Amino acid sequence: MPTLTNLQRLEAESIHILREAVAESERPVMMYSAGKDSSVMLHLAEKAFHPSTPPFPLLHVDTTWKFRAMYEFRDKVVADNKMHLLVHQNPDCVAQGINPFEHGSAMHTDMWKTEGLKQALNKWGFDAAIGGARRDEEKSRAKERIFSMRSAQHRWDPRQQRPELWQNYNLRKSVGESVRVFPLSNWTELDIWQYIHLEKIPIVSLYFAADRPVVERNGMLLMVDDDRLQLQPGEVAQTRKVRFRTLGCYPLSGAVVSEADTLPAIIQEMLSSTSSERQGRLIDFDSSASMEKKKQDGYF
Amino acid sequence: MTEIDAYLTAHEHKTLLRFITCGSVDDGKSTLIGRLLYESQLIFDDQLVALAQDSKKFGTQGDELDFALLVDGLSAEREQGITIDVAYRFFSTDRRKFIVADTPGHEQYTRNMVTGASTAELAVMLVDARTGVITQTRRHSYLVSLLGITRIVLAVNKLDLVDYSQQTFDQISADYCTYATQIGLPEIVCIPISALRGDNIVEQSTNMPWYRGPTLMEHLETVSVGDSGHDAPFRLPVQWVNRPNPDFRGVSGTIVSGKVKAGDSVVALPSNVITQVSRVLTADGDLTEATAAQAVTVVLADDIDVGRGTVLSSVDNPAQLADQFEASIIWMHEDPLHTGRQYMLKLGPVTAHLTISAPKYKLNVNTLEHLAARTLTLNEIGVCTVTTDHPIPFDPYAINRDMGGFIIIDRLTNATVGAGLLHFGLRRATNVHWQEVDVTPAARSALKGHQPCVVWLTGLSGAGKSTIANQVERRLRDRGAHSFLLDGDNLRHGLNHDLGFSEADRIENIRRVGEVARLMADAGLIVLVSLISPFRAERQLARELIGDDRFCEVFVDVPIAVAEARDVKGLYAKARSGQLPNFTGVDSPYEAPENPRVHIDTTTTAAADAANLIIERLTTMGVFVDPRSSS
Repeated sequence: MPTLTNLQRLEAESIHILREAVAESERPVMMYSAGKDSSVMLHLAEKAFHPSTPPFPLLHVDTTWKFRAMYEFRDKVVADNKMHLLVHQNPDCVAQGINPFEHGSAMHTDMWKTEGLKQALNKWGFDAAIGGARRDEEKSRAKERIFSMRSAQHRWDPRQQRPELWQNYNLRKSVGESVRVFPLSNWTELDIWQYIHLEKIPIVSLYFAADRPVVERNGMLLMVDDDRLQLQPGEVAQTRKVRFRTLGCYPLSGAVVSEADTLPAIIQEMLSSTSSERQGRLIDFDSSASMEKKKQDGYF
Repeated sequence: MTEIDAYLTAHEHKTLLRFITCGSVDDGKSTLIGRLLYESQLIFDDQLVALAQDSKKFGTQGDELDFALLVDGLSAEREQGITIDVAYRFFSTDRRKFIVADTPGHEQYTRNMVTGASTAELAVMLVDARTGVITQTRRHSYLVSLLGITRIVLAVNKLDLVDYSQQTFDQISADYCTYATQIGLPEIVCIPISALRGDNIVEQSTNMPWYRGPTLMEHLETVSVGDSGHDAPFRLPVQWVNRPNPDFRGVSGTIVSGKVKAGDSVVALPSNVITQVSRVLTADGDLTEATAAQAVTVVLADDIDVGRGTVLSSVDNPAQLADQFEASIIWMHEDPLHTGRQYMLKLGPVTAHLTISAPKYKLNVNTLEHLAARTLTLNEIGVCTVTTDHPIPFDPYAINRDMGGFIIIDRLTNATVGAGLLHFGLRRATNVHWQEVDVTPAARSALKGHQPCVVWLTGLSGAGKSTIANQVERRLRDRGAHSFLLDGDNLRHGLNHDLGFSEADRIENIRRVGEVARLMADAGLIVLVSLISPFRAERQLARELIGDDRFCEVFVDVPIAVAEARDVKGLYAKARSGQLPNFTGVDSPYEAPENPRVHIDTTTTAAADAANLIIERLTTMGVFVDPRSSS
């Protein structure tokens, strides 16, 4: 019997984690963002519970500022996979019209995503939220547990984390507490792409290079995805062949000029690239400890 | 085939190695990991820019890059300059992907090293060439051997600071191998390196022409891994029952050792029922054979009782069943081990209530000496007898990590407070059986004309528990109910005369009273227990022993100031003057019940009224319903 490969072992570990999460919680939910990590997570969930459908709904904490292609992709995936999708938009943000242009990326992310997530978890009473974060994404993530406890206020305390030994995960919690579950903890960006390639997992078209209308702002190429992105004096929208390495709100996601329109080409580009994945995301630039602060406040 | 396709094919067949790095604070562990990431070109330009900035701000290497800053994640620990938790790092080469558990070298963090070692297949022990093997090297090596890691690399670091001296390297290697043999570690691979300068990390160092062995990376890339467990007996701990519709019933879990195929006979433990495997299922289709580390769903030929925590096991070589074991315990929490307290054990999907005896000994991990101990505190390791509330399937940890390694959970705080390694089942557990009897508790209760019950009065000394209990008992006698009063003070003259007032003795005191109360309830009596019983965990233990439906917890509530003012027995005065250590309310805590069946505020309720409240509660519990008339 040959030794299992890296990807086979990662897949088995993720399936094990998903089964533990379901077996030991009352109301699990899987976070779904329509990004590539979400696609991989959903694929793993289908494997973990086959022939049953995954015994939890998907939750999209929506900011109303995602790319249009992401909404279309999300709705198609949900229909194709017969999953139940819950969408939550922070009503305070809707009322106040919170947006990344006037309120800045920090407030936009905090209000729509961090606050929105807490609201959604409280609203439906979920006690286990399965998310696609990976330890290789960012330094403070490297110390995150696979099963990470959150207080009733959804706060993370990095000094009070439960040790995780062997495959023995402690999911016991008091009333009001919840657990964040990270089945992709040990995957790297390369593993994710390789797995998408091998398993032929559908991903949103924005990852592939295509001619798209973009404008250069603050050193980033932003896609003019709808008319909410107003051109400033001197800015010109131009059509360029671009793709996205990470996806979030379109005004916060920088495009890269690229010819990579197939998975092997994307992987090749990634291997020779010289900037890390999160650089396309504005939220990390505030300070080197910014992700850690966000997580203590309840960010996923 | 294009270059990238060839690359993808190669990457598809990459294997995975999980390892840990161990060393003390200044051995250069973070620098080594930073170096490995850098050499495998996993540091991106933007990270290098951030690193250069951080190196100026926090760095210890002057104007040079401080690789350690790449891996010290949390801002608090950056400022302190030490790593405070386990972090996982990733890098890969053309042959292999690596997951490194970066475990702190600081003396207090045994907990983290054990955690990192539990999933590692190899350990890199770092020593500073200037200091050689030190106490912490020995401690880390012992932990690595305890956790069953058999592949060890001794990386003698900072050779650049000793003029790349072969003599120094040979001396340290010889010292270490002598110690390693003592603690039973197998063959050690010793490599001279400088993590800071990059000597023998990836490329053969030109500074050490005398060294002809592999570089660190070469060794990590080629050492055999991941194949252990295939030839071991089959074990599948069931995580989840898969039942999408009435026509399909499978059990899902990860195979922890051995292999399985359709047609194999398996035994389900603990029920000991034998059946056959009819299908081994995955979402990618049925497998002809599945092996260790694969996550599968198995369909069984017979509709037997199998659920989460069942272990499917090979019939020829099944897992053992026991409810009492010898185990090594590693304590991981500030709150020390309370011997006799009920904790929760989790061993894969298997859970049980767990009590831990006083350690047979604890270990001085520096000298390997056995020391006498009454408990274990944070980061201490001891050997104890542990008992579960029901038999569980297991294999000795030395044979099967996943079937013998468990975590210990505090039942009130839910914290993971320790870890344990099962060594063997004790004969007592398998040889003591329950004797079946014809006259059952229900039959005895039927003779009495009322239901058995335990009224458990808890509260501070001087709260009035005994006074109230006495009045309740008189009312019971008046109604013709058969009762018995177990008074804490009185029991300490006899049954419990050997016990003092330490936490451990208090726990044992309550365990004994709980057992006696249960026996009396089984005899059909209404039992009144009057006992300070300050800890929630032990009252919970008594409740479970006796059964929730016949357990009536009464909280006799009095403010400490009032109890102290009463001080009928003069005990508070003694405690305050230091003559009575561990006195509840003074220098030992009282944990009030959260949901007592009766809550008596003695500042507003007289003893007679309190007794009436208890009788009313017993009435609503159905205690006075005559079993003969209801059946």
